[in-house]
Amino acid sequence: MRRGRISERWWALLGRFGLTQQRWGSWPAWMRRLVKATTWLGLGLILTAAFGTWTTSALAVAAVVLLIVVPPWDRLPNIGPYRTGRWIPWLIALGFVVAYPYYVNGLPQLPVFGPFPNVHTMVVAGIFTMMALGLNFVVGYAGLLDLGYVAFYAMGAYVCGWFASEQFAGQHIDVGAVGLQQGWIGIHLSIWLVLPIAGLMTALIGVIIGLPTLRLRGDYLAIVTLGFGEIMPQVADNGNNLGGFNLTNGTGGITSIDGPGFGHGTVARALHLPASYLGAGNLDSLFFWTVIVLVLITIFCSARLRDSRLGRAWIAIREDETAAAAMGIPLMRTKTWSYATGAFFGGVAGAYYSSYNGGAFPDQFLFQISVFILCMVILGGMGSIPGVMLGAWFLAYLDQEGLSNVGGWINSHFNTNINVPNYEFGIYGLIIVVVMLLRPEGLIPSSRRAAELHEGVHDEPLYDVEELNAPLTEPTV
Amino acid sequence: MASALVLLLLFWLAKNAQVEGFAYFMNIALIGVTLGAVYALVALGYTLVYGILELINFAHGDVFMMGGMISATMIISVFNLGAHNSTFSVVAAVAVSLLVAMAGCGLLNATIERIAYRPLRHAPRLAPLITAIGMSFVLEDIAILWKHPSYVQTPSVLPHGNVFSISGVTYTWEKLIVVLITIPVLLALVWLVQRTRQGKAMRATAQDREAAAMMGINVNRTISFTFALAGALAGAGGLLYALYFNEIRYDTGYKLGLIAFTAAVLGGIGNLPGAVLGALVIGFIQAFNEGLTWHSPGSDWTESIVFSILILILVFRPSGLLGEQTPEGG
Repeated sequence: MRRGRISERWWALLGRFGLTQQRWGSWPAWMRRLVKATTWLGLGLILTAAFGTWTTSALAVAAVVLLIVVPPWDRLPNIGPYRTGRWIPWLIALGFVVAYPYYVNGLPQLPVFGPFPNVHTMVVAGIFTMMALGLNFVVGYAGLLDLGYVAFYAMGAYVCGWFASEQFAGQHIDVGAVGLQQGWIGIHLSIWLVLPIAGLMTALIGVIIGLPTLRLRGDYLAIVTLGFGEIMPQVADNGNNLGGFNLTNGTGGITSIDGPGFGHGTVARALHLPASYLGAGNLDSLFFWTVIVLVLITIFCSARLRDSRLGRAWIAIREDETAAAAMGIPLMRTKTWSYATGAFFGGVAGAYYSSYNGGAFPDQFLFQISVFILCMVILGGMGSIPGVMLGAWFLAYLDQEGLSNVGGWINSHFNTNINVPNYEFGIYGLIIVVVMLLRPEGLIPSSRRAAELHEGVHDEPLYDVEELNAPLTEPTV
Repeated sequence: MASALVLLLLFWLAKNAQVEGFAYFMNIALIGVTLGAVYALVALGYTLVYGILELINFAHGDVFMMGGMISATMIISVFNLGAHNSTFSVVAAVAVSLLVAMAGCGLLNATIERIAYRPLRHAPRLAPLITAIGMSFVLEDIAILWKHPSYVQTPSVLPHGNVFSISGVTYTWEKLIVVLITIPVLLALVWLVQRTRQGKAMRATAQDREAAAMMGINVNRTISFTFALAGALAGAGGLLYALYFNEIRYDTGYKLGLIAFTAAVLGGIGNLPGAVLGALVIGFIQAFNEGLTWHSPGSDWTESIVFSILILILVFRPSGLLGEQTPEGG
């Protein structure tokens, strides 16, 4: 294993200074922790000193490092079978994420990347994290390449447009909607209602697309999904006159979609929940906290479904379809479920995004977005929840702020005039190629997927020329 | 079911021919042939590569686009062609541009194979398809870097005079020239695949790589050659596109590549005559859809129609019109 060799080299280096692995092991645990924490803190201090930003926030970061590295969390008593100690660092991290809007303005400038992402970027990143986790059901777990995921995103966005805007002016329906003006028209459902409806309708579309096509072999399936992904925006573009019926409002898109909110009920008021997000002053923060909840739900579903009977069936199909079928897994049904699940989360994310944007526009739903989300999954590690989250967050950040910041830095330091965000998708393409060639399991791989990719599975390889040098064996069928 | 659809389609065509008049209908059909000729060159590239590797070379459409860019550079910057040039100099310049575009794209496609597909030999099937998508985006950005995101306009150097004009049916030289360049290229391809040693090696490799290698065929070189050949065809397609449509942009290749892939699937992927047939059919469909007026969906829906055909063919008849077979006529 590569990782092992690297740490061996580390030990060889440290051994020259008298610190062998045996001596390190003989020290008491608290001392090892202290040495580790001091090392990390020292590194952090050197870095902050080097960048010249010695601020309170740097100290706060150092404190967090100390908190995570030093205390013996694993000595906390277990509650039943649950090891409580394991959750503490994660809860602290979650706390820091939730508090992000409060301290983001106090954070220092990073070298090259510039300021930390603002809350708006974090909302978009959260929505893309949800979509990437949704695509992960299809690509990561079931191993089906879906190049038309943007169709589900579009579907969710338009469902939200239909049920929470003035699109259908002939109707006059209000179910718990907030922030309606005097003399409103159209269908207005509460966004909390629209999100699951959008998810379910998108899942239905997923099943409708999946049923005829999931029989196809992997690469053909990819192309068919791409076809659907191309048809969808065209329908959205031309859907303002489907036999005289205005379904999508054409290139203008559906605008002024309602925002979420909790209304003026007694419960909402008692809990100090905002009546309407759009009317509130800290709009971005409210959307940010809501998307955290949505992402947490997605993570929970991802993890639980992965370990369920269905999830194990997905992984079995990914590893060897024929063997899985032989073991009695119903291929079509299992694949369709993965499609529907992925579509569900894509739809919810799309609906939430359109509510945040206040509109659904056909030019949001290009093939590039499908590849963008696919790139998140591949970069982070197919099938790995933390990996996909990292990939999604990082790429969404690059898309929103990172690339233009980096571009500005490049232009000011090298006296060039390159419009870096113009080359966004080429950069993603390059990331895809480089990751597939050098580290196909992604940045934070799931150990199982990494083993598959390195040791091989019974998936038919593309073309095996090198094996010709090996001694002849029984031909595999 | 299928025959009912075909009957309906024929009725629609006949009704349109009646509504618009026969001459107009034939003019539209001639546009379809021209489109089909361009699509055929690109579709053949998909089919050649699929035949030998069973890989959908997603970046192929962008190789075609690079061919168009190379041609545009040759026409504009190197030869500085325009209306003022004599016929002979235009013919010579176009011939040289054709060779340069073919050579450039052949080299480009073979390089892509070397960089992005060959290292993934032992990887699962989908891995090279994913890198192909990545390469497609990289190529588009190279085009942006080279030519900026706006359309590159090429001068209209092909003669617009009529070859013939019989009772309203007119055939202009520019359309004929597209076909006149395509046919020799196709004949050269057939000769290469059927009659040469290298072609025999390609057919053998497509049938059974291991056996081919045991017979002393250098499989890697053969695969590289196939990619170069596919790239050269795409380069020729790019030149024709630049000459006929007079504008090309970084994303032209992506759209046209998907349409050409549909053509390859429609004809039966891996099947060389099938690719040409499929390309002609798709060319007709596009021309009729955009040109005819009686109950036609119009150009807004062209892509939806083409992709619906793609989906229907893949779902109901994955072997295509002429059947999937070992490529190169096997």
